[in-house]
Amino acid sequence: MENIIKVGMADLQTSCHPTILTTLGLGSCVGVALYDPVTKVSGLAHIMLPSSLQARNNSNIAKFADTAVTKLLEDMIKLGARRESISAKLAGGAQMFAFNQSTDLMRIGQRNVAASKEKLAELKIPILAEDTGGNYGRTIELYSNDGKLLIKTIGHGVKQI
Amino acid sequence: MSMEINDLNNLQLDVLREIGNIGAGNAATALAKMLNKKVDMDVPKIKVMEFKDISDALNGAETLVVGVLLSVTGDITGNMMFILEYNAAHILVNILMGRPLDLQEDFNEIDLSALKEVGNILSGSYLSALASLTGLRILPSVPDIAVDMAGAILSVPAIEFGKVGDNVLYIETEFSEGSTKVVGDFVLIPDLESYETLLKALGVVS
Repeated sequence: MENIIKVGMADLQTSCHPTILTTLGLGSCVGVALYDPVTKVSGLAHIMLPSSLQARNNSNIAKFADTAVTKLLEDMIKLGARRESISAKLAGGAQMFAFNQSTDLMRIGQRNVAASKEKLAELKIPILAEDTGGNYGRTIELYSNDGKLLIKTIGHGVKQI
Repeated sequence: MSMEINDLNNLQLDVLREIGNIGAGNAATALAKMLNKKVDMDVPKIKVMEFKDISDALNGAETLVVGVLLSVTGDITGNMMFILEYNAAHILVNILMGRPLDLQEDFNEIDLSALKEVGNILSGSYLSALASLTGLRILPSVPDIAVDMAGAILSVPAIEFGKVGDNVLYIETEFSEGSTKVVGDFVLIPDLESYETLLKALGVVS
């Protein structure tokens, strides 16, 4: 029986096989899923903001793309993951409301995705797949047996990446 | 010294609750005019909570909800969101459209526009109560609406909050027409500086 571990908003979790890491109702936030197929160690972060450097209160490192990705990687290595075999999948970063597209708040989804990709590139973690953007929420599940990422929506179907 | 929302004391919360009551009164009047029926409104709960707990207050992050979002400018800046559970939104639209209350069809454009207007009226009533009590200039924007998972919709104001702190001001409002009760929630999200401006204008901080 697999354990299901919930990852809250501005939270990150890592685990060893067998588990399902899940985060519910991703909107403009981005879910970064890391997986090592060799050791089957997985990690999931629910990131709210692109950069800890622009925030006044940056004590929660799981909240920001720049700090959360690094921490996720470190935690996975502590659980025995092999750095060189870890790869990433991304989901979320939607724009939930149509108006005011020019303001930072409304483009935050895109900025979260961009910042997460930038950090992953810097850490040389390859991105295998993504399901980002759009104007709808997503619930995601990361399966530790094969690293598949299941994405559920309301009215926009279910997919697997 | 800057002030965080979780530093609010009971007196300050009472003031905000009272504004909630006055705003709800205004909103009930506006809604009654729109419906041409008597509408009662209460503010049963006002609390400061961590944003990660808001979706639990709405029965979980995956609950289907309707959210109406307005941005606020003027002497204070920030966002205000009105949230209705999907079923409650249906009841409300059915009251507005004079349809049987238990009808549950997908919302059409007119329904969504009506819900947006209700969110606009309710949020506007709260904000105008706040403006007249404080003497501050508070200008709400044109509202926008989304129907999706609670967590996803709430992520928008939560992110705005996430930049400064981890707590939000949450106002639960209950309105009833006859024996029909509908519960809706407001999330008021002033920017950090605006909280101080607001409380200073209310005379609860020096």
